[in-house]
Amino acid sequence: MSNEALTIATRTLLEPAALETAHLERIIGHLLEAPVDLADIYLQFARSESWALEDGIVKEGHHSIEQGFGVRAVCGDKTGFAYSDVIEFDSLMEAATNVRAIARHPADARQALGSNTSRKQLYRPIDPLHTLGNEDKIALMQRLDRLARNRDPRVEQVIVSLAGTYEVVLIATQEGRFHADVRPLVRLNISVVMIQNGRREQGSAGGGGRTDYRYFLQEDRADTYVAEAIRQAQVNLEAGEAPAGNMTVVLGSGWPGVLLHEAIGHGLEGDFNRKGTSAFRGRIGDKVASPVCTVVDDGTLPQRRGSLNIDDEGTPPGHTVLIENGILKGYLHDRLNARLMNSAPTGNGRRESYAYAPIPRMTNTYMLAGKSSPEEIIASVDKGLYAKNFGGGQVDITSGKFVFSASEAYWIENGKITRPVKGATLIGNGPDVLTRVSMVGNDLELDPGVGTCGKDGQSVPVGVGQPTLRVDGLTVGGTHV
Amino acid sequence: MEALESQLKPLQDKVARILEQAKQLGASGAEAGAGLDLGLSVTSRLGEAETVEYHCDQNLAVTVYFGGRKGSASTSDLGDSSLRETLEAACVIARHGNEDPCAGLHDPDRLATRIPDLDLNHPWQLNAEQAIELATACEQVALDASNEIVNSEGATLNTHHGIRIFGNSLGFLHGYPASRHSLSCSVVGKRGEQMQRDYWYTVARDPNDLEAPDKVGLRAAERTLARLGARSLTTRQVPVVFTAEIATSLIGHFLAGIRGGNLYRKTSFLVDSLGKQIFPEFMHIHEEPHIPKGIGSAPYDSEGVATFPHDLIDRGTVKSFILSSYSARKLGMQTTGNAGGVHNVIVDPGRLDRSELLREMGSGLLVTELMGHGINLVTGDYSRGAAGFWVENGEIQYPVEEITIAGNLQDIFDNLVTIAKDVDRRGNIRTGSIWIKEMTVAGKR
Repeated sequence: MSNEALTIATRTLLEPAALETAHLERIIGHLLEAPVDLADIYLQFARSESWALEDGIVKEGHHSIEQGFGVRAVCGDKTGFAYSDVIEFDSLMEAATNVRAIARHPADARQALGSNTSRKQLYRPIDPLHTLGNEDKIALMQRLDRLARNRDPRVEQVIVSLAGTYEVVLIATQEGRFHADVRPLVRLNISVVMIQNGRREQGSAGGGGRTDYRYFLQEDRADTYVAEAIRQAQVNLEAGEAPAGNMTVVLGSGWPGVLLHEAIGHGLEGDFNRKGTSAFRGRIGDKVASPVCTVVDDGTLPQRRGSLNIDDEGTPPGHTVLIENGILKGYLHDRLNARLMNSAPTGNGRRESYAYAPIPRMTNTYMLAGKSSPEEIIASVDKGLYAKNFGGGQVDITSGKFVFSASEAYWIENGKITRPVKGATLIGNGPDVLTRVSMVGNDLELDPGVGTCGKDGQSVPVGVGQPTLRVDGLTVGGTHV
Repeated sequence: MEALESQLKPLQDKVARILEQAKQLGASGAEAGAGLDLGLSVTSRLGEAETVEYHCDQNLAVTVYFGGRKGSASTSDLGDSSLRETLEAACVIARHGNEDPCAGLHDPDRLATRIPDLDLNHPWQLNAEQAIELATACEQVALDASNEIVNSEGATLNTHHGIRIFGNSLGFLHGYPASRHSLSCSVVGKRGEQMQRDYWYTVARDPNDLEAPDKVGLRAAERTLARLGARSLTTRQVPVVFTAEIATSLIGHFLAGIRGGNLYRKTSFLVDSLGKQIFPEFMHIHEEPHIPKGIGSAPYDSEGVATFPHDLIDRGTVKSFILSSYSARKLGMQTTGNAGGVHNVIVDPGRLDRSELLREMGSGLLVTELMGHGINLVTGDYSRGAAGFWVENGEIQYPVEEITIAGNLQDIFDNLVTIAKDVDRRGNIRTGSIWIKEMTVAGKR
């Protein structure tokens, strides 16, 4: 663990409340007087800002401070949890008294912990909010607005949003350990509305990661977001009706990896499998994908939006193989579910904030590259849809049905892209969609850093990625029969 | 819950103080809101408590104006130094932002002066054991409903009550307490290899108005069982009925389309629709912000403007947009008291109940669940995942899943055949089931 992070966390979270780690140890001790299996205290401070430009002016800015603690006691599969915005000893102790009441039977044996050796930090413990002066943030947003308007006279509206978060967490666990992490996160997004002969269409693009604002100035990133937003709106202005029915679909690389997130990722989260409510329950070792598919969840990629030095229970995330050459290999675990399933935590215990108990969540989920070139894949399709980019998705983990919505798509005929078609929702069945992946591209790409995943009312930043894929049969929800 | 009511005055004082400090820092106008919320949430699964969560949230948000420059900031730490830092952060943002001629507080004459008591506060004196008991009883009914109910995601009871304060530099300062309670249940059914889940919930301001736990459990089980044996459909164009619970989403898209922010940004398919007919003649949609105990009820909006009952659609024609002071100024109109959203939107029902409606339809799709976010508000293009039932001769034939339904919202509104009288009264939007003449259904068969 980074000593620097621990120093910052102590200074930010404990000192203002006149607390020392010894106080947290006392609270943990109080929790452990009850027969609990798992106990922790999570303290968090987050300072965020966001700026919004529209109509050519930066008209909104927001600054927020969120801080507080969450105290948890777990006994078997039962969780007691309390939180408060007021970090002080008495509140912590009261919370501990409340939550430990969940424990009413003798505790099981203590679980094995995931590896907790120190390793290279994936991002620096910086406060990104001050890495660019406010004048420079405003100037950047205004420049992007002008760039967009100069690029195409059909641009009617440009909306630019810039946001940053500085987050400090400190976790005290039942083993008497303290884990700290300082998590920067920045995001820039451009969206444009274009009009042509009375028809309006939208395009948007953006990116970010666990770094600082200067990231957007490097390699002309911000400018490429503008170009991409405009390109998408231009394509949509020419798009015709989307097809309806079951057909061959070629999925683009990068963000379309939201397919993996919805179709299999959620279904492999430990809680649903322990409870037996997932369509993937009890299927480890089964063939759930074609042999060309290998899918991982990897929280160890430097500076990625979904990456974490430690998860929200203090476990370092790993590189977890979910599917290897088509065979289901593993689930994603937090401590509670790992213990109940006799597995090790995989570093996927995450929470939106101190106000939520941790649950198994994805980090960066992607499919490894295959052998085909994207051109070969398109050329192999007689008739079908090329879905190059997507919006969000959703899954019913019990029935396995999932959806994701294309935002940029083309019709393929005789191996050639012929014309753009409107976006449409695609629907499939998680446990068998990957068995119909017949070609995997050699162009693995991760998304630019825009993903947010919601589960049980908790939102967390995530990443996705994939190479170009050919799926032999997905239902496309257009209007043209 | 005297403890919470006693916080009303101190929290009001904090809001007053921050408004005063904003003035001292040179702000030409300021508004601030604060809230404190206490809650208990328990989930019971397979007959035993699974989670017990104690909630305690507080926050304060302030917006300052320096002429046409605006900045806002919020904090969950209500200590003096954090409040000071928050106010200063808002001022820094305002100083750096651009002059916006439309920015500023609302006109003083729109200020809520007579504030109605909407009977929103009915705290529930319930401890964790009692809450677990209710949730467990609810789930048990679902588990016992059939041996095809094989698993459960549990039953969850939530009870919250809190206070909200709002003040601005026009002299407005008011606060009121409100409560909200809910009970939901979700169970898993299995037939052959197929598993399905569904849920039901009840929500109310007053615990006495909640549906009984056994009814919630039974309904959850019935809905899950009805889905077992679901199959896909062939691709076709057919009539579609949205059940009342999900028909609210169609009305929600209409509301998004007439929301001021989407209109002045030109990100709505309903730009310039005021005074135009976009629904059939019989449609009447209105906002009723003062319904006693209403889930969406509010005496004033999030900028202190008095809310008032008004028509959104009359005889199928757009009568009003949904505007805050800011979006109203952008459009050269008057605020409609909708800063922060709508308050109880009512769609007047027709005369048929749901089974009569299905008989009138004959053959078509009855949609009970929608998935994903496939709505393009700019163009009105609509494409979503769906599940429900195939209907023939007015009778449900079998459950369907893994299908999509698609169309364009403007066409969908034009082709609205009728609204049933089976109104779902739980939420902020109240409508009966909605029958659309034709949509494209895509399936894998």
